[in-house]
Amino acid sequence: MTIKSRLANPWGKPRFLRIATLIYIAWSLIPVLIAIQFSFNAGRSRSTWQGFSLRWYLYDAGSVLRDDSLLLALIQSLRLAALTMLVAAPIGIALAIGLARWRGRGVKAASFLMLIPLVTPEIVMGVALFLVFANLYDFVTFGTWAQFLGHVTFSISFVVIIVRGRLFAIGRDYEEAAMDLGASPFEAMRRVLLPMLAPAIVASFAIVFALSIDDFVISQFLAGGASSITIPVRLYSGARLAPPPSLNALATLLLVTTMLAVGSAGWATRRYNRRDGGSESAVRAVANFEI
Amino acid sequence: MPGVVWLIVLFVVPFYAVISVAMGDIDPIFLKPQPEWNPLAWDPSAFGAVFGDLFGGQLGKIALRTIGYVAAASLLCVAIGYPVAYFVARRVEKHKALWLLALLAPFWINYLMRMLAWVNLLSPDGWVNKAIALFGFPEQNWLSGRAIVVILGLVYGYIPYFILPLYAALDRIDTQVIEAAKDLGASPRQAFLRVTAPMSKQGVLAGLVIIMLPMFGDYYTPNLLSGSPRTRMIGNQIDQFINQTTSQGGQGAALTLVLMAFVAILMVYYLVNISRVTQQARE
Repeated sequence: MTIKSRLANPWGKPRFLRIATLIYIAWSLIPVLIAIQFSFNAGRSRSTWQGFSLRWYLYDAGSVLRDDSLLLALIQSLRLAALTMLVAAPIGIALAIGLARWRGRGVKAASFLMLIPLVTPEIVMGVALFLVFANLYDFVTFGTWAQFLGHVTFSISFVVIIVRGRLFAIGRDYEEAAMDLGASPFEAMRRVLLPMLAPAIVASFAIVFALSIDDFVISQFLAGGASSITIPVRLYSGARLAPPPSLNALATLLLVTTMLAVGSAGWATRRYNRRDGGSESAVRAVANFEI
Repeated sequence: MPGVVWLIVLFVVPFYAVISVAMGDIDPIFLKPQPEWNPLAWDPSAFGAVFGDLFGGQLGKIALRTIGYVAAASLLCVAIGYPVAYFVARRVEKHKALWLLALLAPFWINYLMRMLAWVNLLSPDGWVNKAIALFGFPEQNWLSGRAIVVILGLVYGYIPYFILPLYAALDRIDTQVIEAAKDLGASPRQAFLRVTAPMSKQGVLAGLVIIMLPMFGDYYTPNLLSGSPRTRMIGNQIDQFINQTTSQGGQGAALTLVLMAFVAILMVYYLVNISRVTQQARE
């Protein structure tokens, strides 16, 4: 490309685009990095750096470890995410296999129904669950149980999407080969299909954990009292009240937890890609979870 | 399949509950909404109140403001997001995974944490005020009722969700198609305008739908970045009806259904899109 044609075409100049993209990335990440930095501030300020310290994590009376409202939020988030993961992932995996392998009445309707939670605005789902627990299923108390049921409900669809992608990639040939060799359909599933699905299964567990721990709207609508405040709800209620850096510390702990969960999902997917000879990177694998 | 049962009990039935509450009335003693489960006895008076307020009342202003904010934030997302997605998808040659990782990182940083980061920066003694003080500007109270702060907050919050589907669409375009356009005499600009841009249209639309759906129901962004009635959105109104009062549940439910009907076209577009992608994967 000549210099003249470069000048004539701004899209042809990667330099301009490169700078724009770098500015975007800086804009999107630097505020968060500053927030993380000030969680380690030795002083009370969230804008004047007074040296490095773990004060807001461990020592101060208002630190994550010492302030009950912060510590309880951390515990509640971890507990809820673990519980949701253990229930939503198996249900979603079974649903994905069912939708992909069984042909019959209702399969089409079920796979359509499964997609609707993905496109429903969270506030609509929050209102719906709130009203049903308040008026119909009133044996479910607001708090951990209601939150758990809500989180599982929005997580199932994500699991189905993840597992189904892998199911399509595997195809039916292996199972059919196993059955030709004398395996029952159940054995074929248990000894052939499930091991081949292992990466998607691991990824499902990790992604559900991350989705649950990051959720705000459903957790807030279904919360019941101080014991069911999760980290995002605590960040929401504390952000406007000139909070000490311990709120940043709590947010940082949430960030680390989410990254670990997503990282393990990416790692699991990458492993199978290597084994299959694919060159898709873990980053791309994580990107695929998002749509 | 237990999954289907779960979704019926905890997704379909709750919707019916929203309708029942919207169509029910208020318990006169406890001032609590009383759902009406029988469709034959439905009473649409809550809708009457909501529509009355929507056309000519305070709620109408809030609805128009919501549409304005969402439109402005969406346009900004396209203006900022398109060049970024285009660059990483089509122009990056080395370390593409690293660039992609940078685009993906905000996904897994909690939304509330990202807002908290801006509350820190925009607070009276925050870095934004310190930065403008260097140029001699007086300290501003950014976090009280500024529309521009809320709109930029929405952009900041949702733009990663716009960029990713657009990136995927741009990345899928076969380089050979663009080479062919150039071989046929198109300048790089023509090749972009007449080949790349039309081929990425689906990605732009998908990205817009993905960000507009949650934006229309957002209440936390205006609450955190402004907290003032001047920037109140539909989501704030629903949040107030449902979470902060007890007697207005019926109106809250009715408003939720109105919101859903309003964004239904976006939901359907998104559903069709997902189904198509799934269908392609199956084949």
